[in-house]
Amino acid sequence: MNFDDTPQEAEFRATARAWISANAPKQYEEELRKSSLGRTVLKNADILEVAKAWQKKKADAGWACLHWPKEYGGRGASPIERVIWQQEEGPYGQLSRMFIIGHGMCGPTMMAFAREEHKRRYLPPLASGENVWCQLFSEPAGGSDVAGLRTRAEKDGDDWVINGQKIWTSGAHYSDYGILLTRTDPTVPKHKGLTMFFLDMKSPGVEVRPIKQASGASDFNEVYFTNVRIPDHQRLGEVGDGWNVSLTTLMNERSAIGAAVSTGFPELFEYCSSLMLDDGPAIEDRAVRSKLANWAVKASGLKYTSMRAISALSRGERPGPENSIGKLVAGSMIQDVATYALDLQGAAGIVSGEDAELAGRFQAMLLRAPGTRVEGGTDEIMRNIIAERVLGLPGDIRVDKDVPFNKIPTKGRG
Amino acid sequence: MNFDFSDDQKQLRDQARKFLAEKCSPKAVRVVLDGKTPYDKELWKGLAEMGFLGVAIPEEFGGAGAGHLELCVIAEEMGRANAPVPFSSTVYLAAEALLIAGSDAQKKKWLPAIAAGEAIGTLALFEGKGNPAPKNVKLTAANGVLSGVKKPVADGAIADFAVVAARTGSSGRDSDISLFLVDLKAGGVDVKNLTNLDPTRGQAEITFKDAKAEPLGAAGEGWSILTQVLDRAAVLCAFEQVGGADRALEMGRDYALDRIAFGRPIGSFQAVKHMLADMYVSATLARSNSYYGAWALSTKAAELPEAAAAARISATQAFQHCAKNNIQVHGGMGFTWEFDCHMYYRRANAMALGLGSLSYWEDQLIERMRKKNAA
Repeated sequence: MNFDDTPQEAEFRATARAWISANAPKQYEEELRKSSLGRTVLKNADILEVAKAWQKKKADAGWACLHWPKEYGGRGASPIERVIWQQEEGPYGQLSRMFIIGHGMCGPTMMAFAREEHKRRYLPPLASGENVWCQLFSEPAGGSDVAGLRTRAEKDGDDWVINGQKIWTSGAHYSDYGILLTRTDPTVPKHKGLTMFFLDMKSPGVEVRPIKQASGASDFNEVYFTNVRIPDHQRLGEVGDGWNVSLTTLMNERSAIGAAVSTGFPELFEYCSSLMLDDGPAIEDRAVRSKLANWAVKASGLKYTSMRAISALSRGERPGPENSIGKLVAGSMIQDVATYALDLQGAAGIVSGEDAELAGRFQAMLLRAPGTRVEGGTDEIMRNIIAERVLGLPGDIRVDKDVPFNKIPTKGRG
Repeated sequence: MNFDFSDDQKQLRDQARKFLAEKCSPKAVRVVLDGKTPYDKELWKGLAEMGFLGVAIPEEFGGAGAGHLELCVIAEEMGRANAPVPFSSTVYLAAEALLIAGSDAQKKKWLPAIAAGEAIGTLALFEGKGNPAPKNVKLTAANGVLSGVKKPVADGAIADFAVVAARTGSSGRDSDISLFLVDLKAGGVDVKNLTNLDPTRGQAEITFKDAKAEPLGAAGEGWSILTQVLDRAAVLCAFEQVGGADRALEMGRDYALDRIAFGRPIGSFQAVKHMLADMYVSATLARSNSYYGAWALSTKAAELPEAAAAARISATQAFQHCAKNNIQVHGGMGFTWEFDCHMYYRRANAMALGLGSLSYWEDQLIERMRKKNAA
């Protein structure tokens, strides 16, 4: 048992470290290091531009999308090298967040299902950040129940005509392309009538409307499709096979090993280390310590769970299912951590923004936290996944599984 | 990076699991649970023959000389099987104290006997309510004899010898405490068996009346040695707890698959599925924290105090969580003496206290993290 790199890994790490040290946008390091959930902004620069510039620089030097094949803009690196890169990239990894969907989900789906000429045309600029991609799956009628989506695609000559609405599309407002899951046959059971496409987000008939979130910020969008035409050659997979194609996409999302999940613990520990309460330093208070200890072991448990998965990668094996717990644990934890940090502030905790303690870091975290327990699979869906795929418990009884989609009830009461 | 046990260590685990499945069935555990014998002597002998008792004891002292990672692997299996033997007190506490602070003669006297299954040892630290702290040690040592009462002492009624924490000063500092070795079969020792939460592991009250004792380690070093012993034991117990948590989770999962209610396996209800998923989460976090503890223990890393406390807390929580919800999944049957669920519930809750309570370790963890950050 050890934490040591193999000689090859050490060499790779040294090369990566040297390149990052010589090329990273150091002027933003401090701000990026201090960012936390609900708060990743640069005071004097547009983070989108900074992120794109950093991504392009990485791509030009062969450090973008490390695990992708070279011909599509990647490096052909091993999974463990990708993890090492993430460790070395450190705070600058925050700048990759706007590319996560494109690199982690859209790209792999294109690689698996797009025509060769499309792969060569679209993947390199996706890798280099010149194009940003989004994923158009969720709908008002289908969140956790993705296969319940209603956006229609109807064949018209060599094109498909799209009508409908998507929601919760991350980054649609700055995306150039998207992958789109549609219903092509409503007369068959819901999983069987779906088809996947990719499209230019600037196509006529696409309208993006930012959603004002409960936190006040707008990271997500509604996307409306009105008679949007997509050529058939932009179809991904067979007609009616969209569900299986989407599983490839989602599987890629969940296999992102080593991506640090935010728990809020380092921020809280740092805060408590300097905070004075009425009767002394917070860090010496027994009640505070008890709370901190409980979160400390969750944070370290997640860290070392991830290390176990990385070790499997390093041995060239597939990691076990342990990593599926990350988002589930971190999501509710960061919400509790933020709540507690405000509790320690007393009534002053009500104040948010620049006038608040630590310029409102924990207030921003609190207000953003509910989203983390929903996005990318709700806590409940994550528990289902663990129960079914890890523990082998039966799937939920699905009353709509064999019913033609257009016969499934659409309303609860009345 | 290879943050995992080696293939040899995994093989040892399989070997231990197979051995314990044969020799330590729930039926065998029940013989001790029902009070028919204070511990499973056959199993104890078998563990010695397999080389498990001395797995981390150097060869020169009669052990297998493998190491602490191997001991962690065995510990996990002992926890999974709920083994009714004085393994933790003898191997994690007494043997480790000897390894850390024993003289050559002391090691030669006791360690080979431990490895051979001929001597049971324990640590006599607690004196009634309270957590490990120098001020809670009132038993005195003077002129080579001890006087005072220790309670509870794990496996005290069956132990041949004990490492005893005694007061040798009154300065109010840690250096007031020294450790002693006492032959419990000699004079001046009165042992009373106590009923306890987990009858598969005994607890006793031991009264020392001018009992002859020899120093273990230097005078005034007792607390520092004890802290090291407790940290090591915290990691090793964490593996037992992880093994127990996994077994309790498995029992719950299996029952949820087999039990039909409302016309379907109860494991198809989300309320039950999610409860089991949460148990898996706890058990996984505990396992990962314990692996880190194992790494720190086996490499004698400076991180051990922090890693041990984290493993202790995480594994304690996981075992308690899995054991209590295993009963819940089983419903009424889980609350019968006949079903095995309560054996894990008892063990989980007894283990949660044996090295000091959760709140004690929470405090320790944050104190240790604070010190590291300040350094």
